[in-house]
Order: sequence, then C-alpha cells, then structure tokens
Amino acid sequence: MKRVLIIGATSAIASACARLWATEGSEFFLVARSAEKLDQTAADLQGRGAGNVTLHLMDATDIDAHPAMLQACMSALKQIDIALIAHGTLPDQKACEQDVNLALKEFANNGTSVIALLTLLANQFETQRCGSLAVISSVAGDRGRPSNYLYGTAKAAVSTFCEGLQARLFKVGVHVITIKPGFVDTPMTQGLTLPAALLAKPAQVAERIVAGIARKAPTLYAPGFWALIMWVIRSIPQPLFKRLNL
Amino acid sequence: MSEPLYSWGRYPQTPQHGHACAWLDELPGHMDKVIASHATSLPFGNGRSYGDSCLAASNEVLHMRSLDRVIAADWATGHLRVESGITLAEILALTIPRGWFLPVTPGTQFATVGGAIANDVHGKNHHLRGTFGNHVQRFGLLRHGQPELTCSLTENPELFAATIGGLGLTGVINWAQISLMPITASQIDSTVVRFANLAEFFSLSAELDHMHEYSVAWIDCLAKGADTGRGVFIVGDHARYGSLEVGQRARLQVPVTPPVSLINNLSLRAFNSAYWRLHPGQPTAKRSRYEPFFYPLDRILQWNRIYGRKGFEQYQCVIPEANAQAALHELLTAIAESGQGSFLAVLKRCGDVPSPGLLSFPMSGTSLALDFPHTTALQEVLFPRLDAIVRAAGGRLYPAKDAHMSGSDFRQAYPQWERLEALRDPSLLSRFWRRVIL
Repeated sequence: MKRVLIIGATSAIASACARLWATEGSEFFLVARSAEKLDQTAADLQGRGAGNVTLHLMDATDIDAHPAMLQACMSALKQIDIALIAHGTLPDQKACEQDVNLALKEFANNGTSVIALLTLLANQFETQRCGSLAVISSVAGDRGRPSNYLYGTAKAAVSTFCEGLQARLFKVGVHVITIKPGFVDTPMTQGLTLPAALLAKPAQVAERIVAGIARKAPTLYAPGFWALIMWVIRSIPQPLFKRLNL
Repeated sequence: MSEPLYSWGRYPQTPQHGHACAWLDELPGHMDKVIASHATSLPFGNGRSYGDSCLAASNEVLHMRSLDRVIAADWATGHLRVESGITLAEILALTIPRGWFLPVTPGTQFATVGGAIANDVHGKNHHLRGTFGNHVQRFGLLRHGQPELTCSLTENPELFAATIGGLGLTGVINWAQISLMPITASQIDSTVVRFANLAEFFSLSAELDHMHEYSVAWIDCLAKGADTGRGVFIVGDHARYGSLEVGQRARLQVPVTPPVSLINNLSLRAFNSAYWRLHPGQPTAKRSRYEPFFYPLDRILQWNRIYGRKGFEQYQCVIPEANAQAALHELLTAIAESGQGSFLAVLKRCGDVPSPGLLSFPMSGTSLALDFPHTTALQEVLFPRLDAIVRAAGGRLYPAKDAHMSGSDFRQAYPQWERLEALRDPSLLSRFWRRVIL
C-alpha cells in the first residue's frame, strides 16, 4: 500500500500508473481540472482495489492554489510515498511561433507550473525525508528540434530542475525521478501522425514508470529504447542538426 | 491513432479509420462529430470479429478500446459494471484474484465487453449457461441524437434484446453491467479422450456434456472415409482446489505478415494427424491453467498473420440437433475432399438455453468452426457447397465470423432481421449489414 499524490491524474499515463498502484490497495489524492474525468478515474481505481481516493480540482497553472492543494493532500494522506507530476499539454508549435502569449501560456502549462509545484513539494519531501518525487518530462527536452521546440524548452527546464533537485534531496533520502516518455498513444497525441513502430501504449509506459520508481531510478526513458534514439539525436553535430527537420 | 484497423480475418481488406474517445462523458459529442462528417459509422472494439461485421460502411469507426475503466465493482455479489472497451482479459485480471470468473467466455480473451454483447458470444459451456447475453444485467446505449438509454430486461426491453447480438447497429454500448461466476481456483480440471469418428463424438457428447461445465472437441478436418470426424474430446470444470492466479502475458508473436499463407495442405495434414495421435485413446484426467484451456491461440499474438497478406475466413455454422450428425458428415467430407482447412476445426454441442438476443447465433444443435486461407476459389467453389448443406439442414452461419454469406441465406436463417433493421440507429451501418440487408 502506498500513499500517492498525482497532479494531472486524468492523463492517460498517470491513470495507467495509478491502476498498477491501485492493485496493491494504495490510497490516492488525485488532482486535475475536470470533475467528471476525476470521478471516472476514481471509480476505475476503486474497482481495481484502491483504498481511499480523494479528489481535488485544480488548474496546475493557478500557482496560488498550490499550497491549499498540498495542505488538503497532507490531511488526506498524512504522508506522500509517491508524488507523480503528470499534467501537460502538447502545444501547436506553428501557432506558438506567431503568438507570444500562447507560447508563454504553453510554457506555463508544461514548464513553470511544474517548477512551482516541485518547489513546494520539495520542501514537504525534505521534511518527510522519504518518498519518491516522479516527474513526467519528455524526450523532447533532450534537444531543441524545429518541430516542437517550445514544448521541448519547457521540458528541458523541468529535466534540469529535477536534476538539481535530485542532488539536493538525495542527501535526505528522497528519491527524484525524471521520466522521459517517447511517443505514447494518448488523447494528447491524437491527430498526430506518429511512426507506428515507435508508438507505445500508456499501460506499457506505466509499467516501466512504476518499476523505475520502485527501484529508485534517477532518469527513465519510456519505453527504454528511447535512451538509444536520444543518444543518437544528441550526438548529431550542430552543423548537421540545424539542416534537419526533426 | 492513425494506424488503420482491420477485422481479425484481414478479409475483406478494408482499412478502417478509428476515431478514439477516451472518456465516457465525451462519447456523445464524439459520436455526433464523427457522424456529422461521415454520415454513418460503427462502434469498433478490439477487432476480433473475423469478417466484415465490425467494418463500417463508411470505413470510419468509433474506436471504443480506450474506454476501459471499471465503473463499479461489487465483490460480494459479483456484479461488475465496466466501460464497454475493456477486454475480457482485463476483466479476468481483475476478478480472478477476488474469486470470480466470466460466466461465459469465447475462445479469445482479447474481445471487448461491447463486442461480446454485440455478437452475443458463447463458449464451451453453452450447453449449461447459454450466451454472454444471458449474463448481461443492463447496459447503456447511445443512439445518435438521443440521451443515453439504459437497457435491461425491464428497461427498454426491445432495445436490450435487439442489441444483444445486434452487431453494433442499434446504438453504441457505452457501459455494461455483467454478473460474474464464483470460482475457488483459477485452474481447470479436464478430461481428454480422442474419438475415431463423428458417431463417437456424438455418443461422448451425450455421455459427458451434462456432467461438466465445459465441453468442446477439436477435429481433424482432413481425415477421410471411415476416419471422417475423428478428433479429440475435451471436457473441463473449474478446479475446486488450487489457487487464484491471473494468467501470464503472451510472449510469442507472429512478427510480420508473410506474403503467402503458411497454411498449406502439407503442413495441415501433418499437424492434424500428429495432433490426433498424440492424444490418449482412453479418457485421461488433466489439470491446466485456465488460459491454455480457454484461449490456446491467444498465446501467439497476431496469429492471424500466418495466413498471409490475403487474410483468411472462418466458416462457422450451427446445425439443428436432428440433422446435425448427417449434415456434419457431409460438411466434413466436402472439406476433406477440397484439401483445404485449418489446424484443428472446433466442434461444439450447443444447448437449449435461450438467449435474450434477437439475432443470437447459437441454437440447440452442433456448431462447427474452421479457418481457411482466403482464395477466390474458396468463395466460388467450397463455400457455396458448404452453404447448400447448411441451408438444407436448417442451420445457419455466424455473422461475427462471416465474410461471404448471401443476403437470402442470412434473412432466412435470422427471420428477426426485420425487427433489428427497424430498431437500427440509422447513423450506424456495417459493411456486413449493407451486404446482407440493404
């Protein structure tokens, strides 16, 4: 049994992870924007064996609402064994190139809101001196590619932040894990034409994440073959890279 | 996603474009949108129907597979309410540790609940428990432009009956509540014995069926003359003693589709003969996990690929009791003469438990199922010959498996089609229905 906080709990990857924890009778504090979707997610987890499930409505970009959320979470769970930060959007890169406000809004969705939550949660975990802080970043953060560099920039910020946090919290026994999923078949990627051979199912990615958290992995590509793909992409020299349309 | 969807037989080879919906509350709006842009559509589960009953006339399907949540589970009574895109395998993973099993399961656990209802599937215990539809308490039905209807024996009973075995045409089943069956162990105690011909099959079936929960036979469809209908008879029951263990995931997979079918006369004859000889001549007690007992083919993912790019067709018919033995003998003779056929044809004696469904396939009688690699000759020579035998014997074919039956055969075998057509949601239309009715 684990006590699990999930921000962005209705995301496909997060709920697939939650299903796995639910089978061990875990307790949940689920945070998302939509009450209907939270209800459907909670019923599913309870049907699969979850203990208490507490629901909390919050828009992650509403930074002022974060402290109240954490307080509610602590009074429900008493202690956080796993915090999974999974909210996010997939911005329209072309539109972001034409609209500064949209670009900054998307950066807030995927970058600053995560940094704000991590800042708050880090202090809670530092007090606890135990637990895992799992953050869903992306392979997109490994290199700025013309097709989605705004999203990539936000995820790069998150990955770097997590690396620093990892080194800070490691000393007090807190585990921080940066998760970098590749292409996953979720509502977020619906409508994109992605290579079928590289497309993973949320359940498959979730299994790797749950196992990675359990063995306290520092960073995790999901599925694992993305480590190799990203190693190749990172190795492409700049003069060549800038001529490609990745 | 943009990956094209096919039926299990990969014939007819009409790729379907799937419109996935991840949330129950968004499904009505999603359905409106797809129908507004494509005029008609069809719900699509996990693509385990063999022929064209799961293919939309518009080739634009409502892909239900992401709707796989549990809505409510009462582990005291075994009442389970789920979204319709959940597969039977996913249900079993949930229920077995708690001592519950599906009261009826088909030969694959990869079908969805929605698909199981829409095709009113049956299994090895049809002689005792009827079809899947016999264990459905109620379900939600979305008809285009209408609020969700709850259907059961008492609420919207006409639509309840029409939707069970209704091939997805009466509306989109968005959730279902089913009754589970209690078990004390997940293992199966079985008894296996081979038989030399059809007559022996019928006497074994008469002797053993009523004593066991599950009963099925595999037959060597290429055996000729005095050996016609030789096979292996298998009965089984849920073990009383054992453990509650969920099956392991399949590890084998057919990785690519070969250009031509790997099933040919030589490989078939050798395999079928060896299979028969390897089984004991005297009834022999065995014990197995539930997955190899119920789902032997599920162990090899995408086994449908071995039939090559042209795909395959399954021929499944049921012949009423009185004519069963004679007609099956004729069918098997015709098949053996053709030299075509599958690894292991399946013979199953169906019982007389009536289904609540209007267009349910099983009837009191014996059902035969076998796979053939698709060829033009198959449709022009062998199938018409088999169809004539089935027609003369008063039998019928299974729409979930079919890609060839004539409109007149269908309408004669399923006289209730007119009621289904009257209750069909005009926005839903399959290639099957267009072929046999419109």
